[in-house]
Amino acid sequence: MILNQFLILAAILFCIGVYGVLARRNGVLVLMSVELMLNAVNINLIAFSAYLRSSAGDVFALFVITIAAAEVGVGLAIVLLIYRNLHSPDLDRVEQLKG
Amino acid sequence: MNPGWDFHAIAPLIIISATIVAVLIADFFFEYRGRFQTQQIASLGVLAASIPIITLAVDGGTRRMFSGGFVVDPYSLVFQGFFLAAAYVSMLLSVDYIGDGDYYQGEYYVLLLTSLLGMLVMASSRDLITIFVALETISIPTFVLAGWRKHDPKSNEAAIKYYLIGVMSSAVMLYGMSLVFGLTGSTLLSEIAKKVGHLDSSLLLVAGFLTIVGFAFKVSAVPFHFWAPDTYEGAPTPVTAFLSVASKAGGFVALLSVVIFGFFPNADMWQPVLWGLAAASMILGNLVALSQTNIVRMLAYSSVAQGGFILVPFAVAADGGAARSSIEAVVVYILIYGAMNLGAFAIVIALARRTRSAEISSYAGLGQYAPVMAVLMSMFMFSLAGVPPFAGWFAKFTMFRAVFDANTPAATVLGVLAAVSSVIAFFYYARVAREIWFHPVADGVDAAPIRTPVALNAAVGLCAAVVVVIGVYPQLFARLGELASGG
Repeated sequence: MILNQFLILAAILFCIGVYGVLARRNGVLVLMSVELMLNAVNINLIAFSAYLRSSAGDVFALFVITIAAAEVGVGLAIVLLIYRNLHSPDLDRVEQLKG
Repeated sequence: MNPGWDFHAIAPLIIISATIVAVLIADFFFEYRGRFQTQQIASLGVLAASIPIITLAVDGGTRRMFSGGFVVDPYSLVFQGFFLAAAYVSMLLSVDYIGDGDYYQGEYYVLLLTSLLGMLVMASSRDLITIFVALETISIPTFVLAGWRKHDPKSNEAAIKYYLIGVMSSAVMLYGMSLVFGLTGSTLLSEIAKKVGHLDSSLLLVAGFLTIVGFAFKVSAVPFHFWAPDTYEGAPTPVTAFLSVASKAGGFVALLSVVIFGFFPNADMWQPVLWGLAAASMILGNLVALSQTNIVRMLAYSSVAQGGFILVPFAVAADGGAARSSIEAVVVYILIYGAMNLGAFAIVIALARRTRSAEISSYAGLGQYAPVMAVLMSMFMFSLAGVPPFAGWFAKFTMFRAVFDANTPAATVLGVLAAVSSVIAFFYYARVAREIWFHPVADGVDAAPIRTPVALNAAVGLCAAVVVVIGVYPQLFARLGELASGG
């Protein structure tokens, strides 16, 4: 089985996700970038799982998918709160606490 | 196939789960004025969950379930007991804050208990999947708790910063874990430990590095600490107390389990990273804390620095005969740190009811109008600084003992750095005491004696008792540390 291609794809996706989290200012786009990072992990896990013929990776990926959904739910709620209070999803405007 | 359920071993988890459901349902039936009863149900649940912990401890031995992925042994019982105690005290801190503030009470305790459930699972996890699920069960409710004051932009900011860092760190940690799984072919820590010693791959170093960096965000180690002061300041103060003690300890337990039970045979994977994190956290945390004027931000940087002290035994664990004494040091330090930090936050909350301020300058003259609080606050500060006869000295002592047991050049350098930063730390802790005792009461401050609610008094009393008793008679916690490290 070819493993490298999957790992390289996952690495590229992960890096795009990290870039997105650091560079994007819109709360919703940041959340989408986080999803990219988590899906890179899933590709890794499933590729390894198929390569090693072990089901542990598949199970791990299922848990990651489930928990990522819960996390994004909470994240969207927080972004929504910020939108209500500041009338903008722009995270650069969230800057009251410093020091 | 019988998975081998051992109901005695998971009794604490069952009780907490049942309490979560009970609180959630009971909240619908109480009248608005009766909402405080949800807190009583939650507290009772936590106390009830400590009973099976005691019976399991009396029973002794090691109980393994799920092919070794979930283990109940003295190590996990000590931490479970600590988490229950920390959650109980956090609830005592929350009662009046949440009750007075017209917030949703039932939901608050449900989230707190859910986070606690994650911690209890974490203490027993010996499998990467379980550790990940437990860590997220700890984190996700605390994201919501940090943003509890919905209409306060500061609380929103605390929540979003904590959330983004938390989610990103999980993703980094997961990426590392996926590589560990790929290289070792197992998610069980015991299987990983068998493989990593023979593997000599640079990818393994990357995997170990990413996993540990993920945990470093959770325990707010420098340079991954920048979220902590903002989140601590913006979140409701009882939540901050919970985050800085229970949630942080959850991260440390995860790190300890992964390092000791999983990566231990291959020291290159984790030792240099942890050495760097420990040194940076101690020095930077203490230096930045010196210039803080807000007590919560100061305690935030102080907790970053204390986290650095807890990381010191990690960083020397592989050297010489230091493995046992390192685990002991981590356990003892976490237990003592929990008591003194919760105590300090309890006083901050009690005083904020009067002063409506978290500036250190608002503590001026406290010794004149609230002598008991003043004495206790000074005591917690000196304990955090590590001054005998308060418990903090023993935490530092076990840490330095691990360094001496390791006895390598790297460990010695780290020990010297720890000693220097303890001295730096003394100045900002002592500054709070100086403000309390030697400065006159500021104009416009009501200098009438402070009346504090019963629950807060109880929380302060419990923490103060632990700090004094362990400071004078440290063998109690030392014994727990020995048990946890398998002695």
